[in-house]
Amino acid sequence: MKTTYTLPIGPIHPALKEPVMFEFEIDGEKIVNVDVKAGQVHRGIEWIGTQRNPIQILYLAERICGICNISHPFAYCRAVENIADIEVPEKAEYIRVIIAELERIHSHILWAGVAAHEVGFDSVLYLSWRLRENVMDLIEYLTGNRVTKAMFTIGGVRRDITKDQYPKIENTIKYYRENMGKLKHVFLDDKTFKLRCRDCGILTKDNALKLCAVGPTTRASGVKKDVRVDQAYSAYGDLDIDYITPDILTGEVKGDVYDRIVVRLLEVEQSLDLIEQCLDRMPTSGNIAVEEKIPKLLATLKKVEGEGIGRHEAPRGEVIHYVKLTGEEHPYTWKVRAPTYNNILPWIPMLLGEQIADIPIVAASTDPCLSCTNRVAIVENGKKNILTGEDLHRLSVEKTRRLMRK
Amino acid sequence: MSFLSLSEWGFKIVIGTLLAAAFGIILGLVFKGIDRKIAAHMQARVGPPIRQPFRDVAKLFIKENIVPENAIPWLFNLAPIVGLIATISILLYLPIGGLNPLFGDKGDLILILYLLIIPSLAMVVGGFASGSPYATVGAQREMIVMMSYEFPLAITIVAIAWRLSSIVGGNVFSLATIVANPLWNNVGLLGFIGLILLLIVLVLVTPGELSKIPFDVPEAETEIAGGLLVEYSGRNLALFYLTDAVKTVVMGSLIIALFFPYNLSPLLGLNGYLANTVDILFYLLKLFVVIIFSVTLIRVGVARLKIDQVVYTYWIPLTLIGLIGLVLLMMDARAFIPLGW
Repeated sequence: MKTTYTLPIGPIHPALKEPVMFEFEIDGEKIVNVDVKAGQVHRGIEWIGTQRNPIQILYLAERICGICNISHPFAYCRAVENIADIEVPEKAEYIRVIIAELERIHSHILWAGVAAHEVGFDSVLYLSWRLRENVMDLIEYLTGNRVTKAMFTIGGVRRDITKDQYPKIENTIKYYRENMGKLKHVFLDDKTFKLRCRDCGILTKDNALKLCAVGPTTRASGVKKDVRVDQAYSAYGDLDIDYITPDILTGEVKGDVYDRIVVRLLEVEQSLDLIEQCLDRMPTSGNIAVEEKIPKLLATLKKVEGEGIGRHEAPRGEVIHYVKLTGEEHPYTWKVRAPTYNNILPWIPMLLGEQIADIPIVAASTDPCLSCTNRVAIVENGKKNILTGEDLHRLSVEKTRRLMRK
Repeated sequence: MSFLSLSEWGFKIVIGTLLAAAFGIILGLVFKGIDRKIAAHMQARVGPPIRQPFRDVAKLFIKENIVPENAIPWLFNLAPIVGLIATISILLYLPIGGLNPLFGDKGDLILILYLLIIPSLAMVVGGFASGSPYATVGAQREMIVMMSYEFPLAITIVAIAWRLSSIVGGNVFSLATIVANPLWNNVGLLGFIGLILLLIVLVLVTPGELSKIPFDVPEAETEIAGGLLVEYSGRNLALFYLTDAVKTVVMGSLIIALFFPYNLSPLLGLNGYLANTVDILFYLLKLFVVIIFSVTLIRVGVARLKIDQVVYTYWIPLTLIGLIGLVLLMMDARAFIPLGW
């Protein structure tokens, strides 16, 4: 007779950087079944947003996620600009891309450190986070802040990148060109890393497509999906950019953790290229925002009606913001879909059949950002409920009936 | 034996044991501090001060000792004490510096092998008694790791004793005999290579024995949140911490006794207390080098292995290396050509 036991990982666990609940059914060391329960860090951000005006939401959007604090405002600004038909000045578009790519660099290197820690290789954690400091310094130099950068505004950016700032940016690019080789060598050639990451947490191309995985997670499985290329927005249309898949470096696509490391490290190099191209092509003069006076901008936005969608390729994948303005002070709806939302379900095929030891690195390999993701938590009489497909169907039928009666 | 000599003997045992315990604990904590400091510098950090482990233990002792609801309290509380006592008792059988072990004539390597299992076994019992799924997984893993490293460890010890038996008579498993006849002086080229291989095996068994990266699967912080120790707190955790510290000294001393039993005093022509002092200082230096190589360097340089990879590493490559070492020593015994030193 085979006996299995349950092993809860989470909501708080050293393997997880943010609260999420895994319930594993384990046979010896092997995972036979897994259930993921999100919703532990629901903060009601969207509700708070609908109590504020479009400019205030900008600051709220920045605080959805600490690491993606550019991606969310980027998508939000694009959604509002979409509604109000605002044309962003060319220079601002380039500055937006530069800042977004700097964010990608720091986010991916941060992730690399976390991944190293998950497999118990703390030396590499310290090495990669030391490398990351350089880009953080550059971000501070350009925007005034290391984390919440407050760089975006609707219809442009708030701070210029001037010609005399170029040398520092170029220095950072040079620094990473010199040091990425070291990082790649440690991650891709180290024997123990290979032992832990090769053929571990495989997401097949089929599953990646079926489960709508996004970002490096899906690209590591060989799916060519990248908003920056698919729907070249902002300045990305002018830049030379292509999908990053692991076969560029290794010649094959396996869709395992190792491939996800490859994709992220290659994307850091791609971001360096993109920033360089931006510096080459960015106009040296021109406005950086359509309207710098915020009250005036707000007055315009209060009159606008309609709905808009903003998409951006965040370091973790596609982030979508949906905004509906009805000509009032507060938006009618503000909906955020963070990339991790799509990457939750792919965890299940990745984890099934693996060992307990693989849980941290596989869970971390999608670079989850759960406070970005958590949008709904159903609490009734102090107890948390989970709505099944049937419940949702029943609720929608009820709502349709209610609407038809009106 | 008259009553007087018996009481004198008993007095010696009691004082000796207390001294050995204090020595093991203090030295273990100092080396833990040094290990942390050096590891920190290798990782480009400043690291904690060397006295940090002492502070940690002092703090743990004043903390609340929590026994989980579904634990078996007496077993849960007994395990750390048994572990520490067993570890300290090994020190009584190991030669330290130029001093002969307190119970040198009463126990040998085989006994030490058995005693080394007890702390791990105590941790397994404590883990199973804590009634937490993480601790249970950790306890299972600890047993598997134990089974894995015992084989290469046994090969090393048997090989050395066997080679020694072809040189000297008496109890070749006795540490006094081993220390008195360092093998390096008595083997040819083949035996020399064999001994190096065995040394490599023993150095790699040490992190497994001490639950250090890459063989720290029973405690794996990011996977099972500390595993065996997950439910331990306060005094009990401090005892396990001390067990770990003393065990580091024990493993280091074992490697020194088997492979580097040399002393400086005969070379310098010293005797008396001065010789003892010099020998103990030299022993501390050897211990430092051994611990740096077998614990610090390895744990800084690699990632944690999975449990199946741990078993593979110990059973296939390390056992093979050990067996090759054994065969080389056997061949060496047949055709003994001294190297001339």
